[in-house]
Amino acid sequence: MSGTSGTSGTSGTSGGAFLGMPSFPEAAAVSTQDRQLRANLSHATRTIREKRARAVAELADWAELRAAGKAIKDHTLRHLDHYLLQLEAAVTTAGGTVHWAADAAEANRIVADLVLATGEREVVKVKSMATQEIGLNEALAAEGITAYETDLAELIVQLGDDRPSHILVPAIHRNRREIREIFAERMADWGRPAPEGLTDSPAQLAEAARLHLREKFLRAKVAVSGANFMVAETGTLVVVESEGNGRMCLTLPQTLISVVGIEKVVPSWRDLEVFLQTLPRSSTAERMNPYTSLWTGTSDGDGPSAFHLVLLDNGRTTALADQVGRQALRCIRCSACLNVCPVYERAGGHAYGSVYPGPIGAILTPQLRGTASEIDASLPYASSLCGACYEVCPVAIDIPEVLVHLRERVAGQGGHRLERAAVKAAGFVLDHPGVLAAGERAAAKARRLLPRRLPGPGGAWTDSRDLPDLPTEPFRDWWQKNRPQQDS
Amino acid sequence: MTSTGRERVLARIRAAIGEAGSPGEEAPDGIPRTYLSAHRSEDPAALLDLLHENLVDYRAVVHRTTEHELPATVARLLAEHGSRTVAVPADLPPGWLALAVAGAAVQAVVDDGALTAAQLDSVDSVLTGCALAVAETGTIVLDAGAAQGRRLLTLVPDHHICVIRAPGQIVASLPRALPLLDPVRPQTWISGPSATSDIELDRVEGVHGPRTLEVVLVTGSRGRPGPSGATRLSPGRRGRGPHGPE
Amino acid sequence: MRAALFATCVNDAVYPSTAIATVRLLERLGVEVDFPPGQTCCGQPQFNTGYRRETEPMVRRMARAFEGYEYVVAPSGSCAAMVRDNYPRIGAMAQAERRGGELAEAAGSLAPRMYELTEFLTDVLGVEDVGAYFPHSVTYHPSCHGLRLLGLGDRPLRLLRAVQGLELTELPGAEECCGFGGTFAVKNPAVSTAMGDDKVRSALGTGARVLCGGDNSCLMHLGGLLHRQSAPLRPLHIAEILAATRDEPWQGEARSEATRPDRPARPGSAA
Repeated sequence: MSGTSGTSGTSGTSGGAFLGMPSFPEAAAVSTQDRQLRANLSHATRTIREKRARAVAELADWAELRAAGKAIKDHTLRHLDHYLLQLEAAVTTAGGTVHWAADAAEANRIVADLVLATGEREVVKVKSMATQEIGLNEALAAEGITAYETDLAELIVQLGDDRPSHILVPAIHRNRREIREIFAERMADWGRPAPEGLTDSPAQLAEAARLHLREKFLRAKVAVSGANFMVAETGTLVVVESEGNGRMCLTLPQTLISVVGIEKVVPSWRDLEVFLQTLPRSSTAERMNPYTSLWTGTSDGDGPSAFHLVLLDNGRTTALADQVGRQALRCIRCSACLNVCPVYERAGGHAYGSVYPGPIGAILTPQLRGTASEIDASLPYASSLCGACYEVCPVAIDIPEVLVHLRERVAGQGGHRLERAAVKAAGFVLDHPGVLAAGERAAAKARRLLPRRLPGPGGAWTDSRDLPDLPTEPFRDWWQKNRPQQDS
Repeated sequence: MTSTGRERVLARIRAAIGEAGSPGEEAPDGIPRTYLSAHRSEDPAALLDLLHENLVDYRAVVHRTTEHELPATVARLLAEHGSRTVAVPADLPPGWLALAVAGAAVQAVVDDGALTAAQLDSVDSVLTGCALAVAETGTIVLDAGAAQGRRLLTLVPDHHICVIRAPGQIVASLPRALPLLDPVRPQTWISGPSATSDIELDRVEGVHGPRTLEVVLVTGSRGRPGPSGATRLSPGRRGRGPHGPE
Repeated sequence: MRAALFATCVNDAVYPSTAIATVRLLERLGVEVDFPPGQTCCGQPQFNTGYRRETEPMVRRMARAFEGYEYVVAPSGSCAAMVRDNYPRIGAMAQAERRGGELAEAAGSLAPRMYELTEFLTDVLGVEDVGAYFPHSVTYHPSCHGLRLLGLGDRPLRLLRAVQGLELTELPGAEECCGFGGTFAVKNPAVSTAMGDDKVRSALGTGARVLCGGDNSCLMHLGGLLHRQSAPLRPLHIAEILAATRDEPWQGEARSEATRPDRPARPGSAA
């Protein structure tokens, strides 16, 4: 879990918390040995996996909804400038103010300035991947502003000085006993302490969070959120949630600042009928999540009197420029791909070194951050290409296709010279069947000499697995002996 | 800084997508809307039962009553919950609370637009109507319209009693609901009481929103579902609701 | 009917018994089998590791080798999926890079003629009972590419259920990846092994003596784990089960068990 990396998880911006992370294989070599983590993840992902399958099976038109969702997102991305300008106009007309941020530093500066201008030094936050991505909390802290996470899982992460390991359930790596300990030990440092005699029953833990956060909701003047969708034609923002902390943040404060990735825009109000059917069933396996808030600018006497929308690029346009990689921008952050991924289940979210873990993270992070660092270059290989992620994706992102595409990018950069030389040598052999057959025969002859455990890179296989016995002759020799009349 | 950010982002987008240009006025190209408008029978009685079933499935407490019996039902629910105070929007139909407040057992706290969240935090219950309900998902839509009040009204108290008129306010599905809703109005879609899946990905009811949601299905009412008191206009030309800026 | 066998490089070099079983099975069902000697490897390991351009000569070679055959049959879901799913993609990429349509044409000509063995049996030959006899308890692991890219569904299970004497036990979590994943097995050995260990545990829990699959690469990974643990479960390709009959029962002939005295006794060795 948090022990899989040496970093504390609370530094820098623009994913800076993850700089200097070990590569995925190194991190996973440690996390796969963490029995508590493996048990927690296995329990949680298996539970949700079966529920999701049932929730999806309820809809006879799932394939059609999936196709429509994919098409809407693709269409929007092809005309992204148009829809963002339409959105900007609609939000402005409805009383909001739109800001554009090319990168994390710009976004953080904009938000910090907006908060400072209110005179407040505290903000309440709705869970938001975009603000985690840009390291907003750390940037605000540097300006003397305290950000309180209000989503239960984010609260667990914040109180535990931990890092998120899942898109939907950032504290999925923690079980109820660990959560109880974090609450009992750390809540007092941040505000109202945990109740005496707190047990690890989920209902009691939820009650503790309710009491701890309520005082913060009631006094907060500024809130920061993300959004699941932005409707270009109406200027409407949508936040999908379960606990009610989103409603609190979106309704009670005077100032609301929403930081949203530019790919979250959809053209029309009607498009919500697709995504609000597919998102809840894919993420929490519910027909509908408990609360969905939709707001358009500001409304007199109801909710915040000031609304700011910060549109965030931060690498998204780089992904947009890649014809194959672009499909990652269709993602609606449901996390179904994480829950079904056998690699995620065993390695855990922290091994991915990004706020976006799992299969979607393995294709999104290297596109947003590039593939220069060791961790980012290793992410496209953090998959067995089993395809379970693509199968469950509600917007049909062909994650294996993008993984292989990104591997091509990584293989083309430095550090892969030996591998490339080996591939070229193999390519020569495989383009000369006579040479291949000779090699096969030589291997068959030498098969008794093959050691049980290989030295060097081959040890990656033989550390845990025996090698197969080689046959006395390759198939092509059997064929020549047994079916000679048919050969040319 | 903001304007330079704007120009940089737009320039990068245009460089990335090439010559795609404006989608124009025609329908977005190639979006296959072959999915269903409704998944179940739209017979009103079937929709009522489906809504009831799905609300119960997500741990709402559901009651059925008639228009005539509604005041008695409301009084009973408040008494059973032990409520001494109940917040209500200013335009709540006066009959709904008539019996509950008659014996002075329950005091109505009417939201005149000045109630604070802190004040609401000490109120026992809240009673509202809704804009419509979606049977397939067990969802209640509030749009700050008639008998619903501001968003914080239904958020801060721990006990929410919501009245739905059947069959008039019940639609089958999301594709049926969205055309009836006005995007300009702030909306809250509610499907069961507050819940979380954050502990071991298992659903637990009761976090920040009302932990008890009681739904009263009033049968025998007429009328069509939709944004309270408003006729739906095409996007961008909608009138503001009663709480919108003048 | 005539069909070309695409043996695959793994079967050619390491598991010839599977290719031989495929030949015998198809011939028994009346298919005239050819083995075009120009074939080598489909290029999947290279392609999936990020060497698309280096894969292109293999696409051309494969298309040439199997030119003129209406049916090409591979005893591997993964290699068949490489040809069917990725070859057109490789061709399209070359075209998008303005390098002409020749590769796309080669890929497009071969892709629709490539069949995985079990789908060739059920869909082209229209058989489920292939007249096989295999008196052992078997559990079946559906490898990912056959399952998800080819959509094999229950075809292999239908074939196995029709085998005389075979006792089929359900594998819990069957559709979960075994952790092989080509170069994933060596680039991410810890996760690969963790996945494989879980798969092996599930398979051992069935009590079956044979772990059947349609891809020897996955079976090599699982077999390597089983062998290291000296577990009483033997991986075996479905072709070898379907090729076995009462007259010619399965021998495990080409697996050269004799060279490995520590190999656990194979089931039915007395048969």
